[in-house]
Amino acid sequence: MELSSRETWTVIHGLVFGTLFLLAFAGGLAGLWSLRPGLLTTEGIKERMKRLYIGVWVMAVAAWGAVITGSWIVYPWYRVKLAPVGDNAYAGCADAIAPNASCSPRDFLKSNVSGQTDLWHNLGMEWKEHVSWAAPILATAAAFLVVYYGPRLISRPWLRAAVITMFVAAFAAAVVGGAFGAFLNKIAPVL
Amino acid sequence: MITDFDPGRHDDVAVAPELAGLNLADKADGPGAAAMIAAGLGVFMMGLLTVLAEMSEGIGSFLGSFDMGLGVGSLAGKSTVSVLVFLGSWLILHFMWKNKDVDLKKAFYIGAGLGVVGMIFMFPPFFTLFKG
Repeated sequence: MELSSRETWTVIHGLVFGTLFLLAFAGGLAGLWSLRPGLLTTEGIKERMKRLYIGVWVMAVAAWGAVITGSWIVYPWYRVKLAPVGDNAYAGCADAIAPNASCSPRDFLKSNVSGQTDLWHNLGMEWKEHVSWAAPILATAAAFLVVYYGPRLISRPWLRAAVITMFVAAFAAAVVGGAFGAFLNKIAPVL
Repeated sequence: MITDFDPGRHDDVAVAPELAGLNLADKADGPGAAAMIAAGLGVFMMGLLTVLAEMSEGIGSFLGSFDMGLGVGSLAGKSTVSVLVFLGSWLILHFMWKNKDVDLKKAFYIGAGLGVVGMIFMFPPFFTLFKG
C-alpha cells in the first residue's frame, strides 16, 4: 500500500485540508449559531469563545492550504499538455481509458475518448479552479470579524447573521471545489 | 456612513446582561466594515479577471506570466492579483477606519454585492460568453 508523490499531494490538498476545513466549519457554525442572548453564562461565554476563535482560524488556514496546494502543486499536473502530436491536440489520448504518460487528465477529459467527458473540464474544473479562491478570502474575513467583535456578537444579532452568511458562503465555495475535485479525481485522476 | 468613533453607541449589556461580567469596551465598527468590503473586493476581482482573461488572450498571457514557470497558467495571475487586492484594500481601509464608526449594514451589502457579482463572473457558462 503506497501513494505516489502526486497522489500524496492530492491527498494533502483534498483530504487533509478539506477534512480540516469541514470539521472547523461544522464546529464554527454551531458555535456562532448558539451565540444568542440568554443562552450562556459569563463563564460559558469565555470557554465557548476560545474554541470558536481556534475553529474559525483553523477553517481559514485550511482553506488557504487547500487552494494554494491545489492551484500551485496539483493543478499543473492536471493541465499539462501531453497529448498533442502535429495538428491533433489529443493524439496521445487515442484509445485511453484513463489519463496516462501521454495524456494528462485535462487532455483526457477534453478528448472525449472515453465517453462524453469534456463537460467535466469545461464546467467542473473551470468553475472549481476559480470559485474555490473565494473560500479562503471569505473565511479569513469572517474569522477576523469573530475575533474582533468576540462576545459582542451575542448582543448584535444582525452582525452575527452577517458573519454566518460570510462563513456559509465560504463553505459553499469550498463545496463546489471539493465536490468537483472528488468527481474529477475519480474520472480523470492525477497519477 | 462614516463618523468618528462613539464609545457609547452600542449598549451590549442592555441586550445581553450576561456580558456584564466580561467588562467589554465598545469597539469602532470601521475595521469590521473594512473586512467585509475587502472580502467582497477580493472575490469580485477574481471574477473580473476570469472574464477579462477569457475576453483577451493578451490579458490571459499577462496573468499567466505570474506562474513562475510552474505551469499554473492564467490562474496564477488571477489568484495572486485577487489576493493582493483583498489584502491591500483590507489594510488600507482598516487603517483609514480604525477609529471610525462605519455603517456595517451598508458595508456588508456593498461587500455582498461585489461578492455575488464576482461569483457570477466565475461561473463558466457566464464567462465563456465573453470568449474572444
